Amino acid sequence: MDGEELTEQETALYDRQIRVWGADAQRRLSKSHVLVHGMAGSVAEFCKNIVLAGVGSLTLVDDRPVTEGALTANFLILPDESVSNGKSLADLCRDSLKEFNPMVRVSVEKGDLLSFGEEFYDKFDVVVVSCCPLATKKLINEKCRKLSKRVAFYTVDCRDLCGEIFVDLQKYKYTKKKLDETTECELQYPSFQEAVSVPWSMLPRKVSKLYFALRVIEKFEEVEGRNPGDTYIEDLAAVLQMKKELCEAQSVSESHVPNALLERLLMGAREFPPVCAVIGGILGQEVIKAISGKGDPLKNFFFFDAMDGKGIIEDIVNPNPEK
Amino acid sequence: MASLLQYHDAIKGAKVLMVGAGGIGCELLKTLALSGFQDIHIIDMDTIEVSNLNRQFLFRQSHVGQSKAKVARDAVLRFRPHINITPYHANVKDSSFNVEFFKEYDVVLNGLDNLDARRHVNRLCLAAEVPLVESGTTGFLGQVTVHVKGKTECYECQPKPAPKTYPVCTITSTPSKFVHCIVWAKDLLFAKLFGDKNQENDLNVHANDSANASEQTQDVFERRKDEDIEQYGRRIYDHVFGYNIEVALSNEETWKNRNRPRPMYTRDILHDNSIEQNGNVVKGGPTDGLSVSAMTSLGLKNPQDVWSLVENSRIFLESLKLFFVKREKEIGSLTFDKDDQLAVEFVSAAANIRAASFGIPLHSLFEAKGIAGNIVHAVATTNAVIAGLIVIEAIKVLRKDAESYRMTYCLEHPSRKMLLMPVEPFEPNKSCCVCSDTPLTLEVNTQRSKLRDFVEKIVKAKLGMNSPIIMIGSVLLYEVGDDLDEGMIANYNANLEKMLCELPTPVTGGTMISVEDLRQEFTCNVYIKHREVFDEEKEPDGMVLFGWTQAPIEKNDNKANGNGETASNALSTELSEVQKDAEVEEISEDTEIIGKKRKLPEMPSSVKDSSNQKDVQKIDDDDEDDLVMFDHLDDANMVKKKRLQ
Ligand SMILES: [Zn+2]
Repeated sequence: MDGEELTEQETALYDRQIRVWGADAQRRLSKSHVLVHGMAGSVAEFCKNIVLAGVGSLTLVDDRPVTEGALTANFLILPDESVSNGKSLADLCRDSLKEFNPMVRVSVEKGDLLSFGEEFYDKFDVVVVSCCPLATKKLINEKCRKLSKRVAFYTVDCRDLCGEIFVDLQKYKYTKKKLDETTECELQYPSFQEAVSVPWSMLPRKVSKLYFALRVIEKFEEVEGRNPGDTYIEDLAAVLQMKKELCEAQSVSESHVPNALLERLLMGAREFPPVCAVIGGILGQEVIKAISGKGDPLKNFFFFDAMDGKGIIEDIVNPNPEK
Repeated sequence: MASLLQYHDAIKGAKVLMVGAGGIGCELLKTLALSGFQDIHIIDMDTIEVSNLNRQFLFRQSHVGQSKAKVARDAVLRFRPHINITPYHANVKDSSFNVEFFKEYDVVLNGLDNLDARRHVNRLCLAAEVPLVESGTTGFLGQVTVHVKGKTECYECQPKPAPKTYPVCTITSTPSKFVHCIVWAKDLLFAKLFGDKNQENDLNVHANDSANASEQTQDVFERRKDEDIEQYGRRIYDHVFGYNIEVALSNEETWKNRNRPRPMYTRDILHDNSIEQNGNVVKGGPTDGLSVSAMTSLGLKNPQDVWSLVENSRIFLESLKLFFVKREKEIGSLTFDKDDQLAVEFVSAAANIRAASFGIPLHSLFEAKGIAGNIVHAVATTNAVIAGLIVIEAIKVLRKDAESYRMTYCLEHPSRKMLLMPVEPFEPNKSCCVCSDTPLTLEVNTQRSKLRDFVEKIVKAKLGMNSPIIMIGSVLLYEVGDDLDEGMIANYNANLEKMLCELPTPVTGGTMISVEDLRQEFTCNVYIKHREVFDEEKEPDGMVLFGWTQAPIEKNDNKANGNGETASNALSTELSEVQKDAEVEEISEDTEIIGKKRKLPEMPSSVKDSSNQKDVQKIDDDDEDDLVMFDHLDDANMVKKKRLQ
C-alpha cells in the first residue's frame, strides 16, 4: 500500500496543501481513521478541517438529541433540521460533513464510548474526545494505551473565551526539518491520568492559570455529578470552595488559581465561535502532524484565551515519576 | 476583552464589510455568522476553482465557475437563515466602492490575496476613517493586524516589497537557482515562441553581443515554410540549449568565478529512435485546448517525479509539437497560465534542461508549476485559526477597546511556548506617505527619464496608484479617466514621452510634484532631486524613492503585514525570520532571554520611533509574561532591523 500514488483527482483537489506537507503526508492522511466523540463547536471545526485535509475515514459518536445549546457554535447543524425527527447530533453532523469532501467516509457509531471494546478502538489511528466527564477521558485514554498499535489520543473543550487541548501520542517518533537538516526525534507522553495527577507544587509557577482553573471546574463537575460544561455562575461559591480545598491539598497558594478567571469561565459556560475556530484549527493541525509524522507535535497541553490572545503550549509531566 | 456576555450589543448592531471570499473569507464568513453578526457585506470578484475546494469549505464541485461571494452567502444562510449577507461579485477597486461606500461600515475585514487590493482597501479605510482588520496566511503561518487611523500604523506604514525581480543577466546568462531557469523558460522562451511577436524579449541577448543579436536571430525562432515540426523543435532546442550556451561560453570573463554551463544538443541527449516513438499521438484525438498534454502522450504519469534530462527533453519537443499541431491558432497570443497543462509542461521541461546545463538540481513538474504559477501554499487549519482571530479583533474594534488591540502571529514552531503570539500594534509611522502628509523625495536624472518612467516605476509600481493625476502646482501633466476628450488624451500621451525637464512645466531639481488617485482618495507629494548617474545593477529603475521608510524601498524587503494566501510574499519572509529566532529560543530559558537581548544590535532610532516599546510592558499583569512580550517585540524589531541593513 505504501507505494500507492495519489490519483489525478486527489492531486487536483489537494494541490495547495500538498505544496505545504508533501505527497507522502497526503497519502498517509488518506489511509488514516479518526474517531470523534462529542459534537461541540470546536469539534465541528476540527471535523471540517480534517475532512477537508482528506483523512481516510471519520467516525462520529454523539447520541444526544439536538438542543439549542448545540446549535450556537456548530455550523454543521442546519436549523431546519433541528426538529430532527429522531436524528442524533452525530447523525446531523455526518450529513453536513459528507458534503465537504466526497473522498472521505464519514459515519456514525451509536452507543456509549465506554461500552466499546478493544476491537473497536483498534480500527482507529486517532481518537478525539470532547464533552466527557473526567473519568471517561481517563478510561478512554487507558483503552487506547492498551492497544498493540499506537493510537493518538486527544481531548478538546472550550468554554467562554478559552479552550484547552490535551495530547497523548505515547512514544512518538517523527522527523523534523530545521533549515535544511532533517533530524529524527522521539517524545514520551504521559497519559491523561498521569498528567492531571502531577502535583501542582511540582509545576513551574509560569504554567498557564487556565490549566489549574479548568482542573478545578472538572473536579467540581465530577464531585457534583454534573454533565461536562454544566456548571454556571450560580455555582461560583461552591467552585471557589473546591478551589480552596484543592490548593490546600496540593500545598500551593490560592493565588495559583485566580478567582476572576474562575468567575469568567463560569459566566460564559457556552462556547465562543471564534475560540472554537482557533482551537479546532490548532487541533486539526496537530492531528495532521501526528498522522503524517512531520513537524513538532505539541506536548502535551495547549491553551488559548481570547482575552490576552495567547496560544500557549504547556508540558505537564511529573519531573519525578517514581513518586 | 471582557466576558462573553458583553459582546453581543457590539456585534448585533454592527455593519461589517468583508473583502475576499477565498480561503480566509469562507472561514471568516462562517465564524462571523456563528458569532452573531447580523449584517455582513462581502466583495469578491473571483469564481470558484477545483483547487479551492480543499479549504474553501463553503464551495462544492458543483459550484465551480460560480461567484465566490454569492455561493458563500447561500451556504452560510443555510445554517444562519435569519441574518443579512449581501454579496458583491465585483472587484473591490471598482469605482462604486468609493469612500462613501466604505463610510457605511463599522469595520472592514480583509481576506485578500494580493498587495494591490490590500493597498487600495487600506487607503479607502483611511479616507473613510473606518477601522481595518488585515490578515494573511502561507502554509502553517499566518497573521492578523489591526489598523485604526491615528491609533495604530496603517497597512502601508512599512513599505511592501515589490514583486521579486531578478537582474536581466542572471536570467539570460548566469542562472544559479532553479527559479532563474523558470523565469527564463516562462518569460523569455515561452513568450518568444508562443506569445506576442512584437513584445520586447531578451532571449537572445548575451552579455557580449547585445547590439546585433536581436536582428540576426529574429527568424531563428520562426518556423520556416514547410519545415517539419520535428525538425523545427530540434532546431529550437539546439539553438537555445546548445548554440546560445556556446556563445555565452566564448565570453571567458563571465566564467572566471562561475561553473561553466554545458551546451546541450539533441543529437547528444536523445537517440534518434526516441523521438520517432513520439509521433503517434499527433494524429487524431480531441483538439480541445487545455486538455492536450505531452505527459499523457509520452506515458509519464506522476507529476511529482523528477524527470531525467532525457525525459525533460522529450517533454520539451513533444509539448512544442503539440502546440503547433493542436493549438496553432493560439500561437502568437499565448501568455503563460498555470492552469494550461501544456504550457506548464513546456516551461517545466525547458527550465529543467537549462538547469541541467548549468548544473542546477532538477525539479518535478509539480514543483516547477508551483514556482512558475506563483501558487499559494494553503491549508484549511491556518485559515480557520486566522479567521477566529480576525473576529476577536473585530469585536475589540467595535467595542473601541483600543488598549487590547493586538497583532497576532500564527507560528509553525512555538516561540516562547506560544503558537499564537500577540504583539501590541505599532504606532503610525510619521513618515508614511499614505497615512501622513510627509512628502517623498525622488532622486532622478530629469534629463534622461521620461514622464512615462515616473508614472510606471514610481506612481504605479511604488505608490500603488491605478488612476493617477499628476500635477505641478495647478498645471495638469497627466491623468487617467473615462471622461477625457481626445485632445487631452493626445496631450497627456505626448507628455508621457517627454523627458521630465522638457515637460510644459519643467521638472528639475527642487520641483514638487503632486500625485493623486481620486478613487483611493490618496494624495502624495514628491520632491525631486536631480542626480546624474545610477547603478544599473542596484538601481535598475534609474530613479530612487526616499522617505516613507528610512531606506530606499528596493533594499527594504518589508515588515510583517499580511499578504493573504500568497506564495511569494512579505508574510512568509517575515514569519520565517521569526521562526528562525524561535528555533534558537527552543533551547533557551529565562536567563537566556536577557543574554539574547544584549546581543541585539542597537536599533536605529527611526525604528524605535515607530514602535511603542514602553506600552508593551502593560500588556499583562503577570510580570513574567511581560518579559516574554518584550522579547517578542525585540524579535519583531530585529526582523525590521535586518531589512534595513
Ligand atoms: Zn501609514
